[in-house]
Amino acid sequence: MQRELISRRLEEKFGRAFLIAAALFFVVLMPSLNAFASPDSMLHISGFTLNLFGKYLAYAILALGLDLIWGYTGILSLGHGIFFGLGAYCMGMYLALAIGAEGVYKSVLPDFMVWNQVKELPIFWKPFQSFPFTLAAVVIVPSLFAAGFGFLVFRTRIRGVYFAIITQALALSAWLVFNRNEMNLGGTNGLTGFKKILGYELSSDGTQRGLYIATAIVLCGAYLLCRSIVNSRAGRILLAIRDAEGRVLYSGYTPSHYKLFVFTVSAALAGIAGALYAPQVGIITPGRIGVLPSIEMVIWVAVGGRGTLIGAIIGAISVNWARSFLTSNFPNYWLYFQGGMFIFVVHFMPDGIVGLVRGLPEFTRKLMGKRNHSAQAPSGDPKAARD
Amino acid sequence: MKQAGYMATRLMVKGRLARMKVLLVLLLIFCFLGIQEAGDARAAQAPPEIQAEIAGLITKSRKIRAEAALSLAKRGDPKLLSLLLALREGSLYVWKPAEGEARVVIGGDTVKKGDKEFVPLLEAYSKKPILDEQGKPLLITVDQLQEIRAGRQIRRAIRPYISRLKNAAQFLSPDPNIRRAAATRMARLRDPKLIPILRKFLASESHWLSRNALEEAIALIEMKDADARIRQAAAKKLGEIRGLNAVDDLKTAAGLIAGNKGDADPAVRAEAKNAIDEIDYYQSWTSLADTLFRGASLGSILLLMALGLAIVFGLMGVINMAHGELMMIGAYATFIVQGFFISYLPENLFGLFFIMALPAAFVAAALVGYLMEVSIIRHLYGRPLETLLTTWGISLVLQQAVRQVFGAQNVDVKSPSWLSGGYHLMIGVQFPYNRLFIIGLAFVCVAGTYLFLFRTWAGMRIRAVTQNREMSTCLGVSSRRVDAWTFAFGAGLAGLAGAALSQIGNVGPDLGQNYIVDSFMVVVTGGVGKLMGSIVAGLGLGGMNKMLEPAMGAVFSKVAILMMIILFLQRRPEGLFATRARGA
Repeated sequence: MQRELISRRLEEKFGRAFLIAAALFFVVLMPSLNAFASPDSMLHISGFTLNLFGKYLAYAILALGLDLIWGYTGILSLGHGIFFGLGAYCMGMYLALAIGAEGVYKSVLPDFMVWNQVKELPIFWKPFQSFPFTLAAVVIVPSLFAAGFGFLVFRTRIRGVYFAIITQALALSAWLVFNRNEMNLGGTNGLTGFKKILGYELSSDGTQRGLYIATAIVLCGAYLLCRSIVNSRAGRILLAIRDAEGRVLYSGYTPSHYKLFVFTVSAALAGIAGALYAPQVGIITPGRIGVLPSIEMVIWVAVGGRGTLIGAIIGAISVNWARSFLTSNFPNYWLYFQGGMFIFVVHFMPDGIVGLVRGLPEFTRKLMGKRNHSAQAPSGDPKAARD
Repeated sequence: MKQAGYMATRLMVKGRLARMKVLLVLLLIFCFLGIQEAGDARAAQAPPEIQAEIAGLITKSRKIRAEAALSLAKRGDPKLLSLLLALREGSLYVWKPAEGEARVVIGGDTVKKGDKEFVPLLEAYSKKPILDEQGKPLLITVDQLQEIRAGRQIRRAIRPYISRLKNAAQFLSPDPNIRRAAATRMARLRDPKLIPILRKFLASESHWLSRNALEEAIALIEMKDADARIRQAAAKKLGEIRGLNAVDDLKTAAGLIAGNKGDADPAVRAEAKNAIDEIDYYQSWTSLADTLFRGASLGSILLLMALGLAIVFGLMGVINMAHGELMMIGAYATFIVQGFFISYLPENLFGLFFIMALPAAFVAAALVGYLMEVSIIRHLYGRPLETLLTTWGISLVLQQAVRQVFGAQNVDVKSPSWLSGGYHLMIGVQFPYNRLFIIGLAFVCVAGTYLFLFRTWAGMRIRAVTQNREMSTCLGVSSRRVDAWTFAFGAGLAGLAGAALSQIGNVGPDLGQNYIVDSFMVVVTGGVGKLMGSIVAGLGLGGMNKMLEPAMGAVFSKVAILMMIILFLQRRPEGLFATRARGA
């Protein structure tokens, strides 16, 4: 008992040091290596790599939100691509308007509208000429959508696989709708051809570095926010809902309120992630919204380790790094790898990478113990323990 | 017990009867083929005067040749059509066999063997292939033949006769659809000279649809008559026979089209207006019938897809995201069976491939499902969200595997000839046979599943485990085995659905993904654990979708239906027919 307590303290202390180190690495070290190290040196990080990591960090923000709802509250959402897409489209609309009349057709309207013979800027596009409004919309639009949908769904205690299936259907519908030209959102091609953000050229290294730093800082902020939620009283109720919703209900709490809250926060985080994604990648299409990308997001959390915030971040970065590596080197095997990951992680790594790392001290202790007292029967097959 | 035994005997008797019926049908088909061949042999011999004229083509004199060709063309014998066509295209030859006289033959499509080209020969009049001693089609190199040349003059002279013969051949075709198309095409010419010909065919026409098309053609031509009374009668006739192709003409006559005053005679204008109203009223019925049918068709597809899913979900609480890929496997199994029929079996059996493909698709998908269950899903019971993710992973692997084996492109699965075309319920309403077949298949599958679940011992075990797993295990039911077999059964139903889908849609690696969400919606709406829920939900959602589609478009009707489902679940969170399902 005592030993366990000590080890947990140690882990906490070690964990905090690790977190601060990681934050410094991503926020300070990586951009400065990009900016100041000479291009020939080993330590230099190219603009391309930095941009790639900017994308991963944006995904990590989304993964945090997804972990909050799946890992902590036990609600599997297969529709987070929608919220990500809503945020990204809000930002994309601002960026598409920010180029002014410098498009291919020299019109104030975005190029695809000229192409579709739209004469006037649709009314819902107009406010996106202002950057502060866009920033607000990035959070508010996905939150409102999530709140409306969540209100209907949680009220009737739709949960478990039913919730997953309905959110998946929602993702499919959203994908279908965003693909339509009459929505004035660029149809299948989405929004692209961005040039400027707040007057800075998007193609310059400096702007991209700034966006990367902003993403890294927002990720740190999101982590702290999620941590404070998880460590609060409400966080404990979330865990309780995950483990025994009925008892929470009978203890006098209203689970649906907590669920709605956490679903909305998670959607807002996804929206912010999308808004940071759009300027760094330079395009947002309906392809980022549908069924497939939405379920891929879930696997990031599963690989990293659900129910731990740091796991979500690790999962998002590592899976996407693996994806970039495999799709460029072995394009035919990426789907096998991804499918295998779904099967393998669920079966053999229910707590993800973080679970593996946490289990490491105990594992080595057991291994040592085994060597010392080889007569003793092996005390724990990890699989049997889980079952 | 006694009743079950009785049922079993009855089923066996039924099985024997069914087998005998199949044999009988096959026998009939072969007899029919035989009769057809005998009939051909009798008609092979041409009348002597035609034979003489054909022989007249073998001459060096261009003049005699032209005369022979022209008099052959003027005969108007439909059997001579292919000879004339061959003459025009330069594939009519003089062939001198080793013994016997030179004869006129038609050259078929050239066959390449090695680097030499061979021509199969057909009799000039009967188009029967000429056989060698072994009874195989005779192949001749081109240099052994002498082409019968038809100059520009001959070709031009016989051209009108050829087109007349072609039309006549279509009017005399045994297929009523071809006769109908010919009548519709004739009508487009608006040539008053055609009326007597059309009337002649009308007198001998027996099929109601072709009669309708002929009457419509005649009336349409008569609408251009100089006599106002004839025009009025024609307009009246068009209204009576529901001339759907005549709406534009009638509108012009009624003066409903801007910039055109319409017919000079007011009586004709009034009559035309009347006819339009009549046709419009009729069309509201046809479109209703059409919508209902398309709704039933989509509904039966949804039902077929959701059936297996519902059983597996109801029994084990397993969300099988790879269900779509099991359908894909069924579709590819159909493709493989088709390939087998093409390469190894005689051509006239090709139509049977789809019948053989159904059990093949069932078995292939069931096998994959069985393997999935025993290797992976078995370990995840009681954790539905985990199974959802795992089966999704399996679906990705299956997709990529199929993509690597068969290629990323869609493969071509043909429709057997007995599924092409359609059943005409009334004028302007056609139910395609392949859709009808799918509706029938859905019914058979539902009925079969009902019988299986409620009239067999295995079905009883499945129901027992669904209702109370622990108790059934205590009573000696091996729930693991039941799980595996049920999963395989559900997968097999998915395979059948895939085989059916191969007849109406593309067969490609992403076939499953296009349908999976829809079939889940059916299960969710129908409620878990009761087949009836899936049946009602499948048909209902299909019908609703097709009713909304004309007004809202395909995409927004889908979105609207999703919204309706969410609102519906507000009132009935457990779906239409809820039972207390185990832990789902």
